Amino acid sequence: MEAVAFFAGALGALGGAVAVIALRNPFYSVLALIVHLISLAGLFLLLHAEFIAAAQIVVYAGAVMVLYLFVSAYVGAVEEPIWEPIAGQRLLGPLLALALFVEVSIAVIGTGLKAIEAEGATVQIGFGSPAAIGELMLEKFLIAFEAASLLLLIAAVGAIVLAGRPRELERESGPAEAR
Amino acid sequence: MDITWYLVLSGLLFAIGACGVLLRRSPLVILLCLELMLNAGSLALIAFSRAHDNQDGHVFAIVVMVVAACEVVVGLGLIVAMFRRRLPLDVDQIRVLRG
Repeated sequence: MEAVAFFAGALGALGGAVAVIALRNPFYSVLALIVHLISLAGLFLLLHAEFIAAAQIVVYAGAVMVLYLFVSAYVGAVEEPIWEPIAGQRLLGPLLALALFVEVSIAVIGTGLKAIEAEGATVQIGFGSPAAIGELMLEKFLIAFEAASLLLLIAAVGAIVLAGRPRELERESGPAEAR
Repeated sequence: MDITWYLVLSGLLFAIGACGVLLRRSPLVILLCLELMLNAGSLALIAFSRAHDNQDGHVFAIVVMVVAACEVVVGLGLIVAMFRRRLPLDVDQIRVLRG
């Protein structure tokens, strides 16, 4: 049963990932990424990471992807040229990715870690629950937690500065024509 | 399921994301491919966390999620700024950092 769930989740995640890079229209790529994220949340559930799975769906597949959808609809479909600016890019890119996969696999499987050969240690009740994660974040990882909140604040301010109305455009159009 | 399966899947997803970064030219899709790579990293962290019955990996995954959210906000802000200045949304044509 667990194997069926794993392969269903893995198939969804892989299919979504391939669709993200294969689809021409960025809007459909974002939708494919949502499929990928939801399948990945299923895999997280299989690994007893309940809180992460919930956060993945609510924060990622919900909020972040909506932001992506808005921007891709605002920018509109970007037409990618059919020709290759770098000769052989279509061939070399996947080749390099394959080399990366082989390298990562060798690095992970060849570590000689005993624990990865098995299903993992037996977990106690409450593993990965919101209570357990919250306790860890507020005790063991308090500094990382505060740094993360500061990082989010800086990113929000940075986005306002970046995406705000450029000054030159304002001077050209004048305040009367404010859109 | 062995943890190895999850780790190989994570490596495969990371490679697909890297392939997308190399192949696509729209900055929006490149950001999506970065998300793929970050999520592959989260999957590996959570798989290791399960293997050792240690929840520290979960906190790492949350921090990865925070970093991804920041990256999305700044990246999409840049894309909107590029679009407003009528710059081409093609990473091959944007070669200088000067506006």
